[in-house]
Amino acid sequence: MDEGALRTGLRPRQMYFLMFLMTLLTLPIVVGYLWIFISTFSRRTHGLIPVDIEGRPFRGLTLENWSFLWQDPNIWKVTLNSLILALGLTVGVVLISAMAGYALSRIRFPGRKGFLALTLILHAFPSVTLLISIYFVLRWLARIPVVGRGLPLIGGIGYNTLGGVILVMVSLQLPLGIWLMKGFFDQIPWDVERAALIDGASRFLVWRKILLPQIKPGIAALSIFTFIAGWNEFLIPYTYMTQQEKSTIATYINSLLSETAPVNYSQVAAVGLFQLLPVLLFFVFTQEYLLSIFSGGMKGGA
Amino acid sequence: MEVHLEHLTKRWGKVVAVDDLNLEIRSGEFVALLGPSGCGKTTTLLMIAGIYKPTSGYIRFDGRVVNKVPPKDRNVGMVFQSYALYPHMTVYENLTFPLKLKKVPEEEQRRKARRIAEMMGIGHLLDRYPAQLSGGQQQRVALGRALIKEPALLLFDEPLSNLDARLRLTMRAEIKRLQMELGITSIYVTHDQVEAMTLADRIAVMREGRLQAFATPEELYERPRTLFVAGFIGNPPMNFTQVEVIQQDGQYLAVNPDMRLAVDPDRGSRAAGRGRVIMGIRPEHITLARDGEPAHLEAEVYLVEPLGRDDLINARVGKETHLHFLADPALKLRIGDRVRLRVDTSRVQFFDPETEQSLLWS
Repeated sequence: MDEGALRTGLRPRQMYFLMFLMTLLTLPIVVGYLWIFISTFSRRTHGLIPVDIEGRPFRGLTLENWSFLWQDPNIWKVTLNSLILALGLTVGVVLISAMAGYALSRIRFPGRKGFLALTLILHAFPSVTLLISIYFVLRWLARIPVVGRGLPLIGGIGYNTLGGVILVMVSLQLPLGIWLMKGFFDQIPWDVERAALIDGASRFLVWRKILLPQIKPGIAALSIFTFIAGWNEFLIPYTYMTQQEKSTIATYINSLLSETAPVNYSQVAAVGLFQLLPVLLFFVFTQEYLLSIFSGGMKGGA
Repeated sequence: MEVHLEHLTKRWGKVVAVDDLNLEIRSGEFVALLGPSGCGKTTTLLMIAGIYKPTSGYIRFDGRVVNKVPPKDRNVGMVFQSYALYPHMTVYENLTFPLKLKKVPEEEQRRKARRIAEMMGIGHLLDRYPAQLSGGQQQRVALGRALIKEPALLLFDEPLSNLDARLRLTMRAEIKRLQMELGITSIYVTHDQVEAMTLADRIAVMREGRLQAFATPEELYERPRTLFVAGFIGNPPMNFTQVEVIQQDGQYLAVNPDMRLAVDPDRGSRAAGRGRVIMGIRPEHITLARDGEPAHLEAEVYLVEPLGRDDLINARVGKETHLHFLADPALKLRIGDRVRLRVDTSRVQFFDPETEQSLLWS
């Protein structure tokens, strides 16, 4: 805290005032999370206070809302699916972005500028508008033997498979990833690359051994963002997979809501918290990387 | 290794970076490529390294055309202005990176790294990262990395520009010593003529992509073939004045409205009868006349710039001819003082104002 105060040049009193202001602004979100946490262990709630059926406060605490963990085998299926989706998306996006970003940053080829402009437009494009056309593409892909819908784990790359959802999401996430990676490569001075070429490395080795390690913070940040995007994605799996309660956690939650019977919000909150936990843990362990993209510059040989 | 450049040309679209460059570098020679920024010297160096492909012309290593040989197969080492160390590797890993790529056995890597580190005086820094080193130390690591694979050709791209003045002198001496000890053919790009003069066996002066001169430092200093070379080599730079050289009473006189200077007949005769020419006099060839000594010129002190060991005097001769020369600070020359000057007229230079070629040397 002292360091922060020094760097911002603020006096302690100003610092406390700012912190108070920020606390006030984040209060609605904090209260929201608090409500989720409390309600998952309660039969009902009045505001933030758990009540039992007769409305007596601080009663009616229960683990019943979490019973889906041991009663509904689908939850483990959708958790695994969400994990595969998030990991597949991350690997795909990071790998392709790192290679495309390098090429766009370092190699002059015809159509480079046009490609960059087009990717930017694609990034700005709302993906909802593409849903129907992508549906036809996936239907067509599904007809390819084996690859279409006969692969283990991801099912295939066609309609109503996890692989198909990954494919669509990778292509939707790529424009951002490519631009981010290109920006990181742009920051690395040419001389370092030239030195490596003269030292005896091939172009691929330079990319792999010299440049990638230098943009580690960027790769880490992109991985984390992409992983979370995949873990939380609702629209794409909801659209292209037919059984909501068997596709991903997000659609599983939705399936709890869409039933005609009265909705058990405490249970919805419990599943929501269940989905949130890995992301929270992930954040705690990776926030250092996320911060480093904002504060870290190039060190040595600028 | 001998390096021959034949009609070497590099174009970027319509811009000509290097224009029909011919250069023959002997084995073991230390050659400096000297010129102002943007003259194509670094482009030339990167073509020799294999980073850029020539638009036309040839690069030969020991007679073999290497235009299409990738950098890794050229057996060159290069030191960059920015050091270009790999920031995510320790000094040891930086040094051994070229060896690792050549799949040299680990034991040999360690032995070579230790020897090079010893030679460069960085033995105690092997476990550090580049960001933890000073500029001078980083440059030593970069030099070590270039030397460790025992290249046949060493390339330097303004390696000292990022160092402070004092360190620059030390490193300059060290590079000179290393190159002489190891006898590796070296090409050194710089815009600093002092660096080029002190280090190189021969200097190639470049300007706007063209070779202006390729000669030993003494030759460039004493017998500059173009006005550009004369002005670029030497510190402080040569004085230039427009004069007409006329023959009178068996003497050759350099004349303009401000002065009449009797010049050496050998040199004067070549500039005589050509109308207006440019006369060049180096500041170090102008001295103050002692009492009783006849003076060539009378002048008025216009500006005094103390350089420490000397004062650089800007003196006005007549109305608008200005001459720079060096004077002992103990004389305490002041602005407005009248001075009597002697000129070593056997060392004046003459140039054609149109072609900018020397009238004395061709």
